[in-house]
Amino acid sequence: MKLALRELLRRPQRFATAAAILTLISLLLMFLGGLLDGLINSSTEAVSAQRGSHIVFAEKSRLSFPSSRLDDTQRKAVAEWTGDNEVAGIGVAQFGVRLPDAGPRDLVSVALFGYELAPKGLPELPPVDGEVYADDVLREDGVEDGMTLLVGPARVPVKVVGFVSDVNYLSQGTLWGSLNTWRSVQNANRPDDPIGDTVVQAFVVRANGTWDANPPGMTILTVDESVSALPGVKEQRGTFGQIIGVTVVIAIVVVGLFFALITVERIGLYGILKAIGARSRTLFAGVLLQAVALTLIASALAGAIAILLANVIPPGSIPFDLSVNRLVSSIVLLLVAAIVGSAFSLRRVLKVDPASAIGSVV
Amino acid sequence: MSGVRKVYRMGDTDVVALADASIEVASGEIVALVGPSGSGKTTLCSIAGGILTASAGSVVVGGHDITGMSAKQLTDFRRETVGFVFQAVNLVPFLTARENLLVVDEMGKRTGAVAKKRADQLLEELGLADRAKNLPSQLSGGQRQRVAIGRALMNEPKLVLFDEPTSALDSKLGEQVMELIRTEMKARNTAAIIVTHDHRITQYADRTVTISDGVLAA
Repeated sequence: MKLALRELLRRPQRFATAAAILTLISLLLMFLGGLLDGLINSSTEAVSAQRGSHIVFAEKSRLSFPSSRLDDTQRKAVAEWTGDNEVAGIGVAQFGVRLPDAGPRDLVSVALFGYELAPKGLPELPPVDGEVYADDVLREDGVEDGMTLLVGPARVPVKVVGFVSDVNYLSQGTLWGSLNTWRSVQNANRPDDPIGDTVVQAFVVRANGTWDANPPGMTILTVDESVSALPGVKEQRGTFGQIIGVTVVIAIVVVGLFFALITVERIGLYGILKAIGARSRTLFAGVLLQAVALTLIASALAGAIAILLANVIPPGSIPFDLSVNRLVSSIVLLLVAAIVGSAFSLRRVLKVDPASAIGSVV
Repeated sequence: MSGVRKVYRMGDTDVVALADASIEVASGEIVALVGPSGSGKTTLCSIAGGILTASAGSVVVGGHDITGMSAKQLTDFRRETVGFVFQAVNLVPFLTARENLLVVDEMGKRTGAVAKKRADQLLEELGLADRAKNLPSQLSGGQRQRVAIGRALMNEPKLVLFDEPTSALDSKLGEQVMELIRTEMKARNTAAIIVTHDHRITQYADRTVTISDGVLAA
């Protein structure tokens, strides 16, 4: 093992190319992961920020908020089904919003949420009717505290009374008000699809149980399942998952080829070491150690570059969220690739004949 | 080594590399094994060192009967009982002279400080104390061969096998290395077989054994 480490330290130029390629691959993995997280978060934060354990939709809504309608009767049924006596209603509608002094076509796309149970980051009680908390990202569109926004074609006024972070929904900024605020804005703008006084789109439930069946006429999902059910989320995860998968395969091939080549170069040396009593497993452990060390060095470099990128990318320009989990998972993936890749050299190491050290036999 | 036979299968024919070879080397005895290329001397040496296994016959080294040993047992045997000095010096190029000696210790159960002390002592004896931190590329041919001898002696072997130890050296350096080999083997009472086809080497041996077509002749 010491032998392998010494080679790494004393012949760094020998490993420089592989380290550079692995750094780029590692950076690509982290960047792709950050983009995926950024895209997913920009679509799902509003749902994942819910403080409940489950979300209940109408059975025929296809798990879509706009298509779902639930009333008080169903609220009671859900309370009995789940044992949660504080079932909370939630509704959302997407509109174009006008800012004061903005031109008639200067619209900012927002999703207006009506809620009873405050999501993470919001005060416990919703603001009074006609007032909303605004998503931090709307500041870049010029939304300010105390500003009155005109929502939808009916230009329903709502007043911004505060801001909240990390609550994007389908790549839009959000506004958060009472259920009455949401209903009044929805009904004024969509008179053809009015929402009754006790109607909501979904319920947020706080319960510990799991259920094999659904409440009658409804579908109950965990919050995570609800996030996955949002439009485009599965597709984004699938697409990025495949790209990340291909990147990992490329990493396996790079590590595999590099160490296969380096093992071929070392066959003479391995013959000598085997002749003087080195076991194959000791020699292979050295290859493995070098692959892991190289990957850790490359990952550290890539991680530093990725963190730098995350800090220099202007907010709102591209959806890029770099989390510790993503960094760690990228490093783990690359380590697995390095181990699998270097394992291709095992056969060659095993096949090295100590007799090769002592010249041609016969 | 008693009645050792080594047969290689080449295509449809059997090639006898060693035929009924019997030889005994006493502790501290230096045997020169002389013969032309392809005569079987390297095969004999490899079998004695546990690198190859015999097709028939028995081999006992330092009290260990290695005849029926598995590959793993032979690896352990080589590490603990035999020393090798190869024709091409074959030091690890990125290790210093001292580290090349210590590599033997790293292959098995480490003795740490004991091994370091032994390496320093060997380098001193071999006249390489001031070269301990030099890489092989910073040493002369003769110095490299001395490091290789030191490596072969690190595990306090019962038997050291030298494969053409002077072939890469000029005659003067070759003589110096042979003097050193003789001194070290005698001082340690270690048995040695020196494979060579250079008859000048034989003057440093206690006994010369000739091999031809796989057959030993005293």
